[in-house]
Amino acid sequence: MLLALLAAHALLGGAILLAARRLGRWGFAVGALAPAALLVWLATVAGRVLDGRPARSRLAWIPSLGLHADTSVDGFSLLFAGLVAGIGLLVFAYAWHYLDASPDAGRLAGLLTLFAGAMATVVVADGVLLLFVGWELTSITSYLLIGGDGRRAEAREAARHALLVTAAGGLALLGGLVILGSEAGTYRLNELLAAPPSGPAVSVALVLVLAGAATKSAQVPFHRWLPGAMVAPTPVSAYLHSATMVKAGVYLVARLAPAFAGHGAFRPLVVGLGLTTMLLGGWRALAPTDLKQLLAHSTVSQLGFLVLLFGIGHPATTAAAVALLVVHALAKAALFLVVGIVDHGAGTRDLAVLPPLVGPRWAWVRGFGAVAAASMAAVPPLAGFVAKDAAYAALVHGSAGDRLVLAGVVAGSALTVAYALRIAVGLHRPAAVATVAPAPAGEPAPRREPAGGAHPHPPSIGFLAPVAPLVGLSLVLGLAPSWWSRVSGPSGEALDPAAHPHLVLWPGVGAPLALSLLTLALGAGVFGALVADRRRRLARAVEATAAGAARRDPFGAATAGLLALARRVAATVQPGSLPVGVGLALVTVSVAATAALVGGPWWPGGVAVVGATANLPVAALLVVAGLAATLVRRRYVAAVLLGVTGYAMALLFLVHGAPDLALTQFGVETLSVVVFLVVLRFLPDRFESRPPLAARSVRLAIAGLVGAFVLAFSLSTAGLRPDRAVSRAMVERAEPEGHGANVVNVILVDIRGFDTLGEVTVLVAAAVGVAALARSGLRPRRRP
Amino acid sequence: MRRSLILDVTVRAVFDSAVVLSLYLLVSGHNRPGGGFVGGLVAGAAIGLRYVAGGRDAVDSTLRVRPWTILSVGLLLVTLTAAAPLLAGDAVLAQPFVEADLPVFGPVAATGALPFDTGVYLVVVAMVATVLDAVDPDPGAAPDPNPDQGPRPDPDPGSVAERRGAAS
Repeated sequence: MLLALLAAHALLGGAILLAARRLGRWGFAVGALAPAALLVWLATVAGRVLDGRPARSRLAWIPSLGLHADTSVDGFSLLFAGLVAGIGLLVFAYAWHYLDASPDAGRLAGLLTLFAGAMATVVVADGVLLLFVGWELTSITSYLLIGGDGRRAEAREAARHALLVTAAGGLALLGGLVILGSEAGTYRLNELLAAPPSGPAVSVALVLVLAGAATKSAQVPFHRWLPGAMVAPTPVSAYLHSATMVKAGVYLVARLAPAFAGHGAFRPLVVGLGLTTMLLGGWRALAPTDLKQLLAHSTVSQLGFLVLLFGIGHPATTAAAVALLVVHALAKAALFLVVGIVDHGAGTRDLAVLPPLVGPRWAWVRGFGAVAAASMAAVPPLAGFVAKDAAYAALVHGSAGDRLVLAGVVAGSALTVAYALRIAVGLHRPAAVATVAPAPAGEPAPRREPAGGAHPHPPSIGFLAPVAPLVGLSLVLGLAPSWWSRVSGPSGEALDPAAHPHLVLWPGVGAPLALSLLTLALGAGVFGALVADRRRRLARAVEATAAGAARRDPFGAATAGLLALARRVAATVQPGSLPVGVGLALVTVSVAATAALVGGPWWPGGVAVVGATANLPVAALLVVAGLAATLVRRRYVAAVLLGVTGYAMALLFLVHGAPDLALTQFGVETLSVVVFLVVLRFLPDRFESRPPLAARSVRLAIAGLVGAFVLAFSLSTAGLRPDRAVSRAMVERAEPEGHGANVVNVILVDIRGFDTLGEVTVLVAAAVGVAALARSGLRPRRRP
Repeated sequence: MRRSLILDVTVRAVFDSAVVLSLYLLVSGHNRPGGGFVGGLVAGAAIGLRYVAGGRDAVDSTLRVRPWTILSVGLLLVTLTAAAPLLAGDAVLAQPFVEADLPVFGPVAATGALPFDTGVYLVVVAMVATVLDAVDPDPGAAPDPNPDQGPRPDPDPGSVAERRGAAS
């Protein structure tokens, strides 16, 4: 049932894409059916899953390889899939209003539906390879969604950056998953985690998997693609680049950490990555006045926090992280939607030019934004406060190392408070916050001119409605933490049986409460320093970091370097001279293959030097024609002489009793001569005057090398016969099973029929290539 | 291009025999030397000879369809033959085998290999035709208004150099 629902996402998405133009924004109405159905299904299984009995299913995929599409919905998958489907539904409803005038709406709707299916696949997959397939599909849909219609260079560049980084991480992930699977002897996630393998290979695998998670979840140093991805329409940013897709890496870390956190460098690596990312993202979020850029950096920061908390792998931190995951998804999705509404109404989302948002509807927008930002900043009595309190408590009561991390987390959370204040205050009084210079070069420049003029038009009720459940839930979860604990409990326990959440609104006087208050105070201080400082010392420091990051740009440098290297290699290997190109190819083949022959039995005893007497005249013909071909001055004669050597080879096959081979050789040779004749009409009758001595000796040396290689190769392969030749079985089975007396033909059409199928396809491709190549320089011509 | 009358007539005579031979190789290939690939090569060589003797127009009038059509039909035939057993629940390329007693030919056995091989034959022939089509040196040449009326009289019999390609 679950797999059918996932397939329905794909089918529905594909259908919407096909009818994109006709559907327009109605695509969102159609596409919403898929996440809605998934949500209903999740509700039906929720009861048993929350009781601790996962809903599993299996579909044979490639049974002969033992490959199955296994799914397993436990508490954590239920939570994650619920977020994917639930926020998906809200985003679809929101996009209906946001993209009311976009010609691209149908396409976006189809892609978003496809994405929702892929993302749900990631979080319900039990087979790691199914997880990988979903993972890569999210990268691809993300690429298409960021790139838009492909007309804007900036969007294309951002899409390419995101795709290359996440796809490279995906490759690393695949490698890591395969190593893990083969070490554990199972490719099912729940079996793998129940009996985790260990050893040096597993350490390598974990680093690879973490590389995949870090690229997807925008961890330092791979974080740069995420701010760039903000060129996508806001519903896309809200759904993919804050609430769901970027959490795929977090999901993976959360799954693996309880089993593997103690293994090798896993915990220090993950915690280090997460902490650095959290601090850097928070710091960078202090600079931009473009609200989406601000949110992007804040997402990077929050993802770092989540990766850190899950990565520690202790039951208490895991339970707190599950709660924070929900908080962040709700708050960040709400903030993105709010910024989208502002952008849509005012024509800008840049605080530097944003006019004041006045009116009753705008008051709701500002209020929603303020509550969501406050929840993110952990202001009581919102959900964020409850979750962060649990996180502080887990770290305070943890090991000495945890307390060291705690210091970093408090600093990062203070930055969170500061940028949350920038958002909340910015929505109310844009001018008060816009004291910081705009985003640095290298990142998408915000739109400067508000298209809506000084009086932004307020949003409709329907536009505003999807934000309400997100904000409402942030409030309700904070006010009813005991209920939240009951629902959230099985999610944490699915990861780690000991991870019971301890979610309370009033933690009592103690270290966690003190830290929460300290965080709020520090954050307010930072925000105050940012806004009140006339000389902008702090602001300039943040800008310096951003400018430095834009200058370094490792991704740009890496791609540029790769392209430059490719150009140099191409220029060396293909300088445009036919003799050089052919010479290089021949020398490479000879040298590389000779290296493989060294050490092998290159002179087997059983090879006769002369063999049958009938060989002698044929060999003489071969030698004479071959030598003559190199000596004659006219091209036509050389071509015909080459044909003579081919015919002599055919004779040799005939002498040795291989009529089929001889026939084929004869046909090929005839055709070659014909094609030579046809092509040679374009060239002068005679070869050009003799090349200088140096060039000639180089050519002679290459010819000698190739000749020596072919000789050695023939001799050594003749000696490499296995004890029982494969051909014997083919000969035996040709007549009874293939119904043919001609073994060669039976091999071609039956025993090795797949090869022939492939070769025919290659032949067709070659024909297309020849035609395209020959016509590339010609004008279109008339046909009789 | 100029034509040599003797070469043209000879090639036309040889051409038909070569095509018959290629078909024989194709049909008998399963039990005797031959097969679709070799048959296609022989037919391709025959077409090549016509090209050498009469140029593109001769080839066009012989084939009467575009090389692309032959190429597509061949590829389609190969693919469909390979995939057809799937409908019966067999593996790809599983080959049915039938025996029949035909009036003239006597007992005849055929396998699924024959249509497969025919596809290979067509692709090889089309490949040759495509290459000849592609290397045609005279893209602007006016089409022959009467392609089936045989060789045109050579207006300039003295131009030996032009016939070099055919002569060697």
